Amino acid sequence: MAQLFESLSDKMNHIFSKLRNKGKLTELEIKQAMREIRVALLEADVNYNVVKDFTAKVSEKALGDDILKSLTPDQQIVKIVNEELIELMGSSYQKLKVSDKQPTIYMMCGLQGAGKTTMCGKLTKFLQKQGKKVLLVAADVYRPAAIQQLKVVAGKAGTEVFEMGQIDPVKIAKSGVEYALRNGFDTMIIDTAGRLHIDQELMNELVNVKKAVEPTEILLVVDSMTGQDAVTVADTFNKTLDITGVIMTKLDGDTRGGAALSIKAVTGKPIKFSGTGEKMEDLEPFHPERMASRILGMGDVLTLIEKAQDAFSQEEAEKLQKKLKSNSFDLEDYLDQINNMKKMGNINDMIGMIPGLAGKIKGDAKIDEKQMARTKAIIQSMTPKERRNPDIIKASQKKRISKGSGTTIQEVNQLLKQFEMTKEMMNRMQKGGMKGLRGIKGLKGLF
Amino acid sequence: MGFFQKIAEGIKKTKEAFSKKIFFAFSAKEIDDEFYEGLEEALLTADCGVTTTDNFIEELKDRIFKNKVKQPEDAKELLRDIMMEDIDYDVPKYEYPLVILLSGVNGVGKTTAIGKLANLFKSQGHSVVIAAGDTFRAAAAEQLEIWGNRAGVRVIKHNEGADPAAVVFDTITSAKSRGNDVILIDTAGRLHNKKNLMAELQKICRVVERELPDADFRKYLVLDATTGQNAVSQAEIFSEDIETDGIILTKLDGTAKGGVIMAISDVVGLPVVYVGVGEKIDDLIPFDAKDFVNALF
Repeated sequence: MAQLFESLSDKMNHIFSKLRNKGKLTELEIKQAMREIRVALLEADVNYNVVKDFTAKVSEKALGDDILKSLTPDQQIVKIVNEELIELMGSSYQKLKVSDKQPTIYMMCGLQGAGKTTMCGKLTKFLQKQGKKVLLVAADVYRPAAIQQLKVVAGKAGTEVFEMGQIDPVKIAKSGVEYALRNGFDTMIIDTAGRLHIDQELMNELVNVKKAVEPTEILLVVDSMTGQDAVTVADTFNKTLDITGVIMTKLDGDTRGGAALSIKAVTGKPIKFSGTGEKMEDLEPFHPERMASRILGMGDVLTLIEKAQDAFSQEEAEKLQKKLKSNSFDLEDYLDQINNMKKMGNINDMIGMIPGLAGKIKGDAKIDEKQMARTKAIIQSMTPKERRNPDIIKASQKKRISKGSGTTIQEVNQLLKQFEMTKEMMNRMQKGGMKGLRGIKGLKGLF
Repeated sequence: MGFFQKIAEGIKKTKEAFSKKIFFAFSAKEIDDEFYEGLEEALLTADCGVTTTDNFIEELKDRIFKNKVKQPEDAKELLRDIMMEDIDYDVPKYEYPLVILLSGVNGVGKTTAIGKLANLFKSQGHSVVIAAGDTFRAAAAEQLEIWGNRAGVRVIKHNEGADPAAVVFDTITSAKSRGNDVILIDTAGRLHNKKNLMAELQKICRVVERELPDADFRKYLVLDATTGQNAVSQAEIFSEDIETDGIILTKLDGTAKGGVIMAISDVVGLPVVYVGVGEKIDDLIPFDAKDFVNALF
């Protein structure tokens, strides 16, 4: 997700850096900056009219006396842009509503290929983590093999699919509710067929499903790569169905995703989630204020912390602390840590959330996930005894381990050295908190 | 229905939205800043992108000056010419045996386009076989089989997760023994920034070039007409990794303006070869630049 808006973020940074260190700004300089912001937004596929309003608002504020007289005008302008971005995307994260009456029903809708079926699986995973029992209802009766795909997705998410073959979706939805009630599902997600917003007949079908089961939420799934037409699509779906929220998909594909900036402005409906990858876990609640700071290259610490909390359970954390106290942190634990890191998602995405690093780490400097996989392979090629007590690993064992993991003896040596360093670092943290870390060299390249 | 009618019918919504703005721009009283602003809006909202919009307008200003055009209405012809020149290519005729590989990001309609292409070639009397090279997405091969059945064309598939290059190899072997003269290859959707998936695509190409060195091998990138400026970077990056011969633009029957065709042609220099204008099996039609631009104005 770090990549989301990266090019927009890069451009914004570039525009602001030109304003920096200039002392006072002239009206002309501000106007020039606004023109550049306009182009940056348009290139990111933000809707033409939204861009027009946005730049007009920012210009008006930026040309005020305060800024022209300010000694740090660049910061003032960043602040204004930040405020307006948040205004544009909605101010805070909007949770999914839960119905008082069981089951809670979420109905998914959108154009073909937006990613509805995959999103059904991701949402299931997300809700299961909150202790919900989720049923998937297959109401896409048009696309060949859509039901089959939903079944595979359900298998990955660990739940079942209610289907009745290719009959009237209204009937399927109704029967789905009965099935959910009978079988103790408190939540159900209806996967509907992708359709063009101008296909009157199919839009009516959605209206009928809505009437029949009164969904708790109607979620419009939108491909983040949609161009200028995104607002037309969202607007039509909203007018026909009175949707309650939007989910942006494929936010990892490229760096633009300007549709996310336009949709709230046009429909007034909040973006609730964004899908960021191909794995079932790749779903993030949408926090407009955090997204704004990512666009401006200011990082997103909160999401990072939440991801870490998600990946490390309280129990694990306590276990780790005990191990550290008794100084018995071994390679097994090291492996656990690596696995936990992976659970948090793509490392390079996470780096993008760290303030000051976003946009600075590029290309080759990025952390190599392959290296992590190699580290895992090396540890897994050791015997349990060796993992618990790496000191017994001598030359002949190293040879075996390197063969078993398809690496070289040098790489095994390197890992053992890194492990010792990690252990020392953890010991110091244990004793003196972050301060204890000072003086340890080579923190980089730990993994 | 002729191609022109079908294109006109298919892009009716496209035309309505685009033409209205163009019409509005050209109904200005004189050629002034306001006129150019209206034109800029029409082009930008049609997804032509900032660069191409600027290029078009600069070129138009140039020609207006050279031709001493005074009336906005007369400038319309000039813009039509500029657009036509931008997207008109000489695409070489097919030779057989023919191999067509479709690639693209997730959800653009590759599998559907394969089904429609199979139908198109079959109706021209060719013997077609399909390689189900999307071994990644759940139920992709099943979806393709249904399309294959509709078109009456064989589909060669392996299990989910199999090596796509192996599927392609088997398909070529099968095509050789059965005498098929058109091989269509479906591939898994990939986001263009994923390196290993791009390498997989290159491997498929190597297999085709090794096994059928004399075949006419076309590599098409499938793009969704509703995509914005991302389409340009998709085209740029895909054609960097595999030599791309052209674009298939799907879902042009929505309200998307498809102006991204102009941007891709202007920035990347790739021709559009087919457009998808509906859900029916014969709704994929060879692209004709003249028809397309004429239908827009």
